[in-house]
Amino acid sequence: MGKSKYLVIGTGVVVGLAALALTAAGNPANMGFCIACFLRDIAGGLGLHSADKVQYLRPEIVGLVLGAMFAALAGREFRARAGSAPALRFVLGMIVMVGALAFLGCPLRMVIRLGGGDVTAIAGLIGFAAGIGAGVLFLQKGFSLGRAYKVKQADGFVLPGFMVAVLALLIAAPSFIKFSQAGPGASHAFWLVSLIGGLIVGALAQKSRLCMAGGLRDVFLFRDFHLVSGFIAIFATVLIGNLVLGNFNAALEVQPVAHHDYLWSFLGMGLVGWGSVLLGGCPLRQLILAGEGSGDSAVTVLGMIVGAAIAHNFGMAGSADAMTDGVFTAGGVAMSGRIGICIGLALLLIISLANLHKEENAK
Amino acid sequence: MIDARGYSCPMPVVMVQKEVKKNAPDTLEVLVDDPCAVENITRFASNNGYEASSRPTGDDEFALTLVRKA
Repeated sequence: MGKSKYLVIGTGVVVGLAALALTAAGNPANMGFCIACFLRDIAGGLGLHSADKVQYLRPEIVGLVLGAMFAALAGREFRARAGSAPALRFVLGMIVMVGALAFLGCPLRMVIRLGGGDVTAIAGLIGFAAGIGAGVLFLQKGFSLGRAYKVKQADGFVLPGFMVAVLALLIAAPSFIKFSQAGPGASHAFWLVSLIGGLIVGALAQKSRLCMAGGLRDVFLFRDFHLVSGFIAIFATVLIGNLVLGNFNAALEVQPVAHHDYLWSFLGMGLVGWGSVLLGGCPLRQLILAGEGSGDSAVTVLGMIVGAAIAHNFGMAGSADAMTDGVFTAGGVAMSGRIGICIGLALLLIISLANLHKEENAK
Repeated sequence: MIDARGYSCPMPVVMVQKEVKKNAPDTLEVLVDDPCAVENITRFASNNGYEASSRPTGDDEFALTLVRKA
């Protein structure tokens, strides 16, 4: 086994441990790390949506971007590039977020949910794999968003700079920044612990190229199991950790921040898988690439933040099942969310077909 | 020669895979400007009967040479 394989598996183990530690330190159950949820919380904290239970400037996201930036600078891999269909990437970021928030988690949280025994997430996993299969099909047919080009080095620091501002706002806590008083947004570890967790994972993810969508994509495309080993390592670590800590609960009954709407979980994560393949990486990978200086990924992240705001403002985000005083209340994806997913699927098909290029033959 | 500069992963590897499937060349030169692409193409080569070597060509760019194993 090569050094890089150890690195990607080791990163998966650290991500799993960080997720367990952050949950123990106060983050919501089965949500030690969730890129979609945390970007949604940041959108809420900035007042871009008014869902008062999911508003908090998550330092994990700041840490991921800055950790990737420091690792890239130290390894001389920081490269300011942009210009590969940025407007389309913004839209793709929005679509991915609509799908993830319908399911109630990004691919990373999907694995963390599975590791906690949340079998309702299996529908999401199957949908995610199906979406990646669709994306791979278009890659093989010639899909491409085109080349990126060198830009001024300062352009590469836009998203890291934005994240420094988010951290400053979190610490300064001016009155216009929203903080949830109840719900998932009110559950969080001490900010410095979250920031350190994000920095460590961000640096390792930059070095190892960890990508949840890339793992399955490479298996489908090249029969290459390198990246998917990180995906499996996260699952195994979270599973073992939850078993040891007594937090494992394999059941179809009420799971933390999850619902039983299997069809729409499947289709929502289908959007995430397909969109992530077109973007070249999952939401986590987009944060890391933005930290490495990619302006295109920075635009994608901004699209995801706006997508999160729209998902909540338009009632498209999934609602979690609840058990209150022994009374079960079913969550799920409302009609607006179902329409959003259908529109997302139609848009992905149009974007995929509109960006098919003739093969660039070797010269 | 494949010029994959400016493309982010997995595009450079997809371009190499298509060329290998279509023409099965004995040697193949690939230009990239992404360290991640160097790693991915090298891994693809080793899994598909090629040996890959890479060299920096300056300005954050790399040239890979893939040679089919005997």
